[in-house]
Amino acid sequence: MMHFEFDIEGGDFSKAGFASSQLKRILKQLVTDHKVVKKTVVALYEAEVNVVAHAYSGKVIIDIDTDKIQIKVNDKGPGIEDIEQAMEEGYSTASEQVREMGFGAGMGLANIKNNSDEFNITSEVGVGTQLEIIAYLEII
Amino acid sequence: MEQKIFHHALKIQKDRCIGCSHCMNICPTEAIRVKNGKADLFENRCIDCGECFRVCPVNAIIIEQDDFNKIFQYKHRIALLPAVLIGQFPEDIKTSQIYNVLIDLGFTDVYEAEHGVDILKNSMKAYADNHDQNKPLISSFCPAVIRLIQVKFPALVDHIIPQHPPLDIAAVYYKQKLVNQGVDESDIGIFYVTPCASKIAAIKSPVGDEISPINGVINMDFIYNKVYTSVKRGDYDKVQKLKAERLSPEGTVWSLTNGEADIMQGRCLAIDGVHNVMDFLEKVENEEIKDVDFLELRACDESCAGGVLTAQNRFLTVERLRKRADYIKSNYSDYNNKDILNYSEYLNSKITLGKIKPRSMMKLDENMAEAMKKMRRVKEILKCLPDVDCGACGAPNCQALAEDIVQERAVINHCIFIQRIFEKKGIIDWEESRKIMQEIWGEEKLNRKC
Repeated sequence: MMHFEFDIEGGDFSKAGFASSQLKRILKQLVTDHKVVKKTVVALYEAEVNVVAHAYSGKVIIDIDTDKIQIKVNDKGPGIEDIEQAMEEGYSTASEQVREMGFGAGMGLANIKNNSDEFNITSEVGVGTQLEIIAYLEII
Repeated sequence: MEQKIFHHALKIQKDRCIGCSHCMNICPTEAIRVKNGKADLFENRCIDCGECFRVCPVNAIIIEQDDFNKIFQYKHRIALLPAVLIGQFPEDIKTSQIYNVLIDLGFTDVYEAEHGVDILKNSMKAYADNHDQNKPLISSFCPAVIRLIQVKFPALVDHIIPQHPPLDIAAVYYKQKLVNQGVDESDIGIFYVTPCASKIAAIKSPVGDEISPINGVINMDFIYNKVYTSVKRGDYDKVQKLKAERLSPEGTVWSLTNGEADIMQGRCLAIDGVHNVMDFLEKVENEEIKDVDFLELRACDESCAGGVLTAQNRFLTVERLRKRADYIKSNYSDYNNKDILNYSEYLNSKITLGKIKPRSMMKLDENMAEAMKKMRRVKEILKCLPDVDCGACGAPNCQALAEDIVQERAVINHCIFIQRIFEKKGIIDWEESRKIMQEIWGEEKLNRKC
């Protein structure tokens, strides 16, 4: 098993995507199925942008094994009041400023879910949000 | 499994190479190492972009072309020209003069490759209309970019519009036109005058399992010199004008930056320069860039005007071709009814490319458990390496050396810093260090008098 951790700083859009770029470089060296690589990287990128847009700080924890890739994204932030609503495509609480930068189209959580084999989310208002993204690998 | 997959036009001439490592440091796919004082190529990683050719200070990298006399194996010898060839010359040199030089060299016909644009532009648009799910679509124009995507961005191969570039369409047309006139196909030889190495590679080993309609390649610098010599001597001042069909304005600028992006619909971007293209593809792969419909990606700065085999300054070439396109647009309309358009149906039936397959060169091992073991070792090795990317080990950077070590292509004491550490610990002595450096950089560099 391989373990990686990356920090995310809230509000720093210029660095959003660092963890997903690192993950991509790693997965391209390990995983044969490039479709799995792509969707996992896309899921993490969306999650990273969410942290940058909404939270104060966050941590990405990645564990790679031969049968699955498990990613946890934990943030310290406002949390999500109504997770079900937040999961709806097009729902967004992003500020006008964030939208102008091309983020916050309200596809984030739904897109993460669509790009993962297993997706779990827990959140506490005023504390933070925890995501778990799992991609299963076909064992050859 | 570094088996030979395809033809490369770029060849390193070991006897001329001085092992300066300029090429190793510029290569966008890290395909070059230095061994025994000479550049050494991993053929499977090379995308024929020609960056190494540009930086070589001693012209040790050559672009292999066909023997010119090969054209005489055919009764009908067609020179297929890209517009950038015309763009090499100042305006006082007329297109007809250039054509005449080619005829005197032995060609029977001269035809411009970008006539194929008049067929392709419509079929590209039609493809884009029906493939929303693969957006952003990527042009198949630049063969170096296609190969770059195959080896470094395998998840994006489905975004490439699988249609033949204009030169192939022009070649198929010209062949068919002659066949319709009763010429035997085996008597027709079509020779492309190429501005770059990647077009040669694409002709000699096309993507998919096809055979190129083009029979041979002549490097543009060769033709440039012939034309210039004859024209300067005044050989063609009074020669009769040859009858040739006029290139459309779109065709004239197609191979320049924005040539395709300007005619495609929706949000289109043009990006040139191989390192710019790589940066952008990273973002496309992460889906960081959304709502783009079409990407025109070219490996050379200023696209084909900056091709490695061009002789003239790229900005002057761009200026001349743009002026020419404007002139044609405001003075003529005959390009709307040229012969190639009568072959639309036939050419469209042949326009689809073979399957473009990903062939990632980045995996550490086919077996994932093995790849993970190797990655862990790379991480361990990197902790020892100095992170200065000096290249003294004969690899472009510390990461590349670490990967070479786990792939058993190098050993850790290739690193000059590790050598000092090992000497201090008494693991190796200076004589051994010297021998290691000699194996990388060759005898001569370590025996200079100073």
